[in-house]
Amino acid sequence: MFRFLSQTGKYFILLKKVFSKPEKPSVYLKQTLFELYNLGFNSVGIVTIISFFMGAVIVLQTAYNTENPIYPTYLIGLTCRDMMLLEFSSTVTGLILAGKVGSSIASEIGTMRVTEQIDALEMMGVNSASYLILPKIVATLLFNPILTLLSIIVGILGGWLAGTTAGVITSEDFIYGIQYAFIPYYLTYALIKTLIFAFIITSISASQGYNVDGGSLEVGRASTKAVVFSSVLILLFNVILTQTLLS
Amino acid sequence: MIKVINLEKNFNGKCVLHDITVSFESGKTNLVIGRSGSGKTVLVKSIAGLHEPDKGEVWFDDVLFNKLDFNSKKEIRKEMGMLFQGSALFDSLTVEQNVRFPLDMFTDKGLEEKTERVNFCLNRVDIKNANHLYPSELSGGMKKRVAIARAIALNPKYLFCDEPNSGLDPITAIMIDDLIRELTEEYSMTTIINTHDMNSVIEIGENIVFISEGYKCWEGNKHEVLHSDCELLNEFIFANSMARHLLAPGKQ
Ligand SMILES: Nc1ncnc2c1ncn2[C@@H]1O[C@H](COP(=O)(O)OP(=O)(O)O)[C@@H](O)[C@H]1O
Ligand SMILES: [Mg+2]
Repeated sequence: MFRFLSQTGKYFILLKKVFSKPEKPSVYLKQTLFELYNLGFNSVGIVTIISFFMGAVIVLQTAYNTENPIYPTYLIGLTCRDMMLLEFSSTVTGLILAGKVGSSIASEIGTMRVTEQIDALEMMGVNSASYLILPKIVATLLFNPILTLLSIIVGILGGWLAGTTAGVITSEDFIYGIQYAFIPYYLTYALIKTLIFAFIITSISASQGYNVDGGSLEVGRASTKAVVFSSVLILLFNVILTQTLLS
Repeated sequence: MIKVINLEKNFNGKCVLHDITVSFESGKTNLVIGRSGSGKTVLVKSIAGLHEPDKGEVWFDDVLFNKLDFNSKKEIRKEMGMLFQGSALFDSLTVEQNVRFPLDMFTDKGLEEKTERVNFCLNRVDIKNANHLYPSELSGGMKKRVAIARAIALNPKYLFCDEPNSGLDPITAIMIDDLIRELTEEYSMTTIINTHDMNSVIEIGENIVFISEGYKCWEGNKHEVLHSDCELLNEFIFANSMARHLLAPGKQ
């Protein structure tokens, strides 16, 4: 319990340091562009692959579990769309990014801590927390919504391809289904979740890395903790946000 | 000139530095010596403000540094350079970018002017044709020299070196020591060097402070260091048999 409180305290102290005035905007801009590429663009591949297969499996599962003539097949398309939109492309993508991006942030910053690179920054008079973490937060807040949109589109494509290839749904029905009873607010909901998850992943992982004390063993531990903590928080906030945004 | 008065530092209730009072003059190589774990790194980091001292005062010339607020500290930090034990070069930047980093961060100079300064500093530490290499591609001695170049990029008044020659062969180690001493005299810096290396003590020990388990035990220069009556210091200096043979044939 005490450990938990002290960790939470450290997290908020760090956040305060992160959001103080940047010393040199041009340097920060350059870092942010780099992180957009490093943390954002580099995740396009994994998000595409996973979304494609998830969309495909959603369609097949729905089809085989509703082999009932009363149930119109276009609903398979609708299910695919809403599953992607409501849960998959924000929450599941969030969990995957927690693994990929979270562990890389924690180990990068943790290594800088134990090799005294953070001390070197502080020594020069650079606000190390802000310099290292703010560009990552900004970059993921900007790029993760793009990943979510990408995930929705690719997921639906995957569903369409799987459904039509397996012959469980015709192309027309699927396209009718994904347009049927579309609620635009669901998109807003998915994007709000994405933004909050992006902040959780980046800030929690960065704080785990930044507060490493010790050697390379602790860096490894911090990177595991980063993934576990941000995943659990994503699941927790998913429940809270679903309740507040959809009820 | 750096003055430390009654400095005390604790970690989780354990006292690591006890009541240290010492002053370090400018233009001289000031050595802090002691066994591993004696508190050398903590002392230097407390002076530089990387650790917050629990008690005592740290004066940089006539400024009481450890009581300043964050922003005023930052101003003085720009006049400090530090060489870390593991060099602490930024992994993701090339040699040139590493040395240019403080210039990028704190000056409004154009790229050309900055590159000129970078090359000047790299030349000064005798690094050539390595501008575009990454730290992982350098040898230990080269890393140290690049780190020195980065530390002096902004013409600091104060230079801290934490075990500058640990992990280096004796010849490279002496080159690094000499380089630090030359730079100290050239720019009249106040330099503090942590070391447990006896060669450094004999070569560049203009002012030596010996600490043991967080206590300051002895202070003097390289001529006095061999003839002290501080038992802990003698134990430290004459730890290996070569030192006993060569430095004090009587003390076997
Ligand atoms: N961040 C820290 N937290 C807790 N204890 C520390 C920390 N840094 C150093 N110490 C302790 O302070 C003592 C002095 O360490 P240090 O200054 O690194 O020794 P050295 O003289 O080898 O540089 C050691 O006992 C070490 O365990
Ligand atoms: Mg040390």
